[in-house]
Amino acid sequence: MRRPDAEQGRRLARHWADAIAKVTTRPWQIMEICGGQTQAIVKFGIDQLLPPQVELLHGPGCPVCVTPLEMVDRALAIAALPDVIFCSFGDMLRVPGTRGDLLQLKAQGADVRVLYSPLDALGIAQKNPQRRVVFFAIGFETTAPANALAVHEAERRQLHNFSALVSHVLTPPALTAILQDPGQRVQAFLGPGHVCSVMGTREYEPIAAHYRVPIVITGFEPLDLLEGVWRAVQRLERGQPGVENQYRRVVNERGNEASQALLDRVFEVCDRKWRGIGLLPKSGLRLRHEYRAHDAERVFEVDDIQTSEPEACISGQVLRGAKKPTDCPAFGTLCTPETPLGATMVSSEGACAAYHAYGRNRVPAARLALGKPGLNGALS
Amino acid sequence: MCLGIPGRVVSRETEDGLLMGRVDFGGVARKICLEHVPDVALGEYVLVHVGFALSKIDATEAHKIFELLRELDQLGELSADHEPSGVEP
Repeated sequence: MRRPDAEQGRRLARHWADAIAKVTTRPWQIMEICGGQTQAIVKFGIDQLLPPQVELLHGPGCPVCVTPLEMVDRALAIAALPDVIFCSFGDMLRVPGTRGDLLQLKAQGADVRVLYSPLDALGIAQKNPQRRVVFFAIGFETTAPANALAVHEAERRQLHNFSALVSHVLTPPALTAILQDPGQRVQAFLGPGHVCSVMGTREYEPIAAHYRVPIVITGFEPLDLLEGVWRAVQRLERGQPGVENQYRRVVNERGNEASQALLDRVFEVCDRKWRGIGLLPKSGLRLRHEYRAHDAERVFEVDDIQTSEPEACISGQVLRGAKKPTDCPAFGTLCTPETPLGATMVSSEGACAAYHAYGRNRVPAARLALGKPGLNGALS
Repeated sequence: MCLGIPGRVVSRETEDGLLMGRVDFGGVARKICLEHVPDVALGEYVLVHVGFALSKIDATEAHKIFELLRELDQLGELSADHEPSGVEP
């Protein structure tokens, strides 16, 4: 499959930037949902190509960032058990729990392993029948089909020493929560392209209709994001809410129905707490009763968990798009990727980590002059 | 984690009862689970998340970017420079 070369890419980017400037007549705030989109926007400076009236707000779609602290603490408690091999995606290892993180636990001798695929955990369970193997099954609808299959396979192969610590979250309830927040500023969304490749676009229709917002399902490459912004601004300017699909090469209306069937077979919808955001009804997935033998929350009884978050961290407001990372007094000083206070500084999909990695650690002069409220603490 | 990596399916085989295959990511091939895209053919492009192909990439749709480039080229022949482009895609 041929892709545009660098020069063609530059021309296309210029074309979209011109097209956006041409249709924009007043200020608009557009939120991108996915952390991967946030990362691409900051890395490629997409926001800086836009006319000054168009502001991009960064959304809650960083799976590592929204995994509740209780679940991180539970993971730490399970991983510390001597007969456990604790397996996780790499992004989770530096996420701060109330006391330490998985990487520190590993340094102290716990058997914590980073896996690329949850299927690898099944192989480890097969090779280590005398050990208990736990996989930290986190993420949105993009990792859920993989984790569902791993649990389903463990049941089929009767791997009794395999369990999953499930903390899955669903995207549509997060959009609804943001739109219901009285102080929120979002006027349109760039929708989660990869989530929709699995789930389709239909579940966004009622949200777009009820809250009268445009939701443009958008990809992750710079040109996708620019086209997504152009489509969103056009709809805003015309007063035209609704769902539109920019990412047609990957997403269709129905999504991957085989994956959805597997999700429904293995998981059921539950209420879920989101780190920094709070409890959102029907926003999570947990294992169905039939798979309880592989549910780490049932297998391991570690109920005595007392959580506390650092007070200085504003990651909850960053995840809701209410604040930018640079609004935080601790950003780049107390809080860095080496010494993160919150998960948004850990994951590559976190807005704070993206701002830090791509040199957005200075506050633009124009914002200083405006005296944004979040800056007072930083300057005093 | 939601960052899907596009790659080309170069083999299909069954392993432990699961449909697996090698997927080529621009020169580096990895074994990937194809259970979620069971009808994928050799040579087709898929999007891979945490070791699982979850969707196929529609080559016709992906190619449309070149139609836009052609339109811009034609426009470029009409006006000496590209700025402003003056075209609505």
